[in-house]
Amino acid sequence: MENWNDGKMGASQTKSFLSLIFPNIPIFQYSNLPSFHYSSMLHGGSVERYDMRDLFASKVKLIGLVLAFLVLGVMPPFYTSYWVTLLTQMMIFAIVAMSLDILSGFTGLSSFGHAGYFGSAAYVVAILATRYKIGFLTCFVCGIALATAISTIFGLLVAHASGVGFLMITLALGMCLWGLAFRWVNMTGGDNGISGIPRPDIGLPISLKDPLMYYYVILFFFLVALILMAVFVRSPFGHSLKGVRESESRMKVLGYHTWLHKYLSYVVAAAFAGFAGVLWAYFNGFISPYDMDLTASIEIILMVIMGGPGTLIGPALGAGIIVFLKNFISAYTQRWLLILGTIYILTILYAPQGLMNLIKDWIKDSQKKAEMGKTG
Amino acid sequence: MSEFLLVQTMNGLSFGALLFLLASGLSLIYGVMKIVNIAHGSYFMLGAYIGLSVIIRTKNFFLGAIAGAIAIGVVGLLMERIFLRRFPLQASPQMMLTLGFTLVFRDLALLIWGGDPYTLPAPVFVRGSTEILHVVFPVYRLFVIGVAAVVAICLWVFNEKTLVGAKLRAAVDDYEMAGGVGLNVPLISGCMFGLGAFLAAFGGVMGGPIFGVYPGLDLELLSLGFVVVIVGGRGSLKGSAVGSILVGLVDNFGKALVPELSYFTLFAPMAIVLAIRPTGLFGRE
Repeated sequence: MENWNDGKMGASQTKSFLSLIFPNIPIFQYSNLPSFHYSSMLHGGSVERYDMRDLFASKVKLIGLVLAFLVLGVMPPFYTSYWVTLLTQMMIFAIVAMSLDILSGFTGLSSFGHAGYFGSAAYVVAILATRYKIGFLTCFVCGIALATAISTIFGLLVAHASGVGFLMITLALGMCLWGLAFRWVNMTGGDNGISGIPRPDIGLPISLKDPLMYYYVILFFFLVALILMAVFVRSPFGHSLKGVRESESRMKVLGYHTWLHKYLSYVVAAAFAGFAGVLWAYFNGFISPYDMDLTASIEIILMVIMGGPGTLIGPALGAGIIVFLKNFISAYTQRWLLILGTIYILTILYAPQGLMNLIKDWIKDSQKKAEMGKTG
Repeated sequence: MSEFLLVQTMNGLSFGALLFLLASGLSLIYGVMKIVNIAHGSYFMLGAYIGLSVIIRTKNFFLGAIAGAIAIGVVGLLMERIFLRRFPLQASPQMMLTLGFTLVFRDLALLIWGGDPYTLPAPVFVRGSTEILHVVFPVYRLFVIGVAAVVAICLWVFNEKTLVGAKLRAAVDDYEMAGGVGLNVPLISGCMFGLGAFLAAFGGVMGGPIFGVYPGLDLELLSLGFVVVIVGGRGSLKGSAVGSILVGLVDNFGKALVPELSYFTLFAPMAIVLAIRPTGLFGRE
């Protein structure tokens, strides 16, 4: 973000906290949804918008949006139930990947313990729903509440750190959560996990046992999460998170409370991970410590890196790719990790910016070429 | 009660000794290259596996230990030379690369050695047990403590008293200045990486007779190694020694006293250290 220190953000700091996060609802503008348009945010939607360059970018966006709508919204009734289930899984992991993107892509802090929050929320649902037969809404709230509560405590320990230190501490904390799930057998069932979580009754006249109906419910939750997170990262608060990522010391000098920024972004990311964890527990019907171990956290990081950190929609794409590959490759070979690791090394070597940023670069390049053609 | 205390203390110390072999490399690599090597736990596991294969063929524990350590040391050196070198002083892509290698190593180990857990046979002359203050204690654990102590002293002498060690310390302190006065910092960091891998693999073989080798050992040890480095302070040899002993003891007493919360007990020392000294006990800055 090259414009992070222009005057507007400093002024907005004096507003109340809520207005910091939700200041400009026009964000919901349809053409803005698939990817971010920083310049129009900061300069108040200039005339540039109607320029040829932006026309091309918005064309690409429009095509992407229409495709996504067709593939995710219209077509699923025609898919086999295998694909519908796979898509559901992709949606859930897309939420986790996006939540980590808030932290690692926007704030610049890679967490190696993110699956811990996902898992804790899932465990809450598993325990409440199987042992106490508690309904969806309570489980939903409790799951997210626990993930948020743990992150408010852990956040106190991690928020002062950055870079490698942050990574190591989150890894160790994630391991503590995993250890609890693994060893606290009375509560969590230990290695065996908890099975038999029923599909929720959310008060609709349809049965969620039908994969297609459940898919659409998850799609709805996914869209809610996407919109909430998009609003969050595009708010002035979200922009100051990018400032912290680019240069924490400068943000400090400008008068921002960087510790609080990091802390809040950690908590928000954990809350959304918990959100996905609740959906996962109901989807999978089974939860074990392996859903929240280090490998699970690493997979989430891969989704973010592969999709393109700091783009929100990129990590969602990355989640889709990884979930697909995982299911697809493991149908043919046992060597799923080997292939994933290799793909990953190649990604870092040849496309370290991730898929979504590659697309963005490509759009920029084509724009430049188009302009050159016009002037020359 | 005092018997229990003694046994658990010795167990904790021997575990701490193994952690030291792992964490000293992790900490030193951080010190010079400013990256955290995610594949470090994999070195530990692969070292143990290679040691196992060599010991089964040659029936010689020390040959196994040396073979495992050297093989993995070379792997580490190659990894640094071929891959990590492409991103000099860029912590994030380097770390992400080591993450990719962790997955590859993990699956390769599963492919070659299968999913069954193995226990390495202890060398003949340190098998059996001995009595200290009327408490029976396996000799091998004492042996491990001794070996780690020797390694620690060697590392300390190397670091403080030799010219290469002085160069290394210079590179840790300020790699730019060190490069400016003519030290070959890339070479130093490459060798450090190799040495770290060597030590971790050696630790893996030494730990083999105690807790064996199995898939998943890599990430388990990695997290413990991270706790040691967080507690001891990044880039500090003294820190990793003290941190290892502390973590080894806490982990052991945790497992013995409150088995249900055993991993969670590690949380306590880490939280306390982080709250009082965010850089760790012996960390700088």
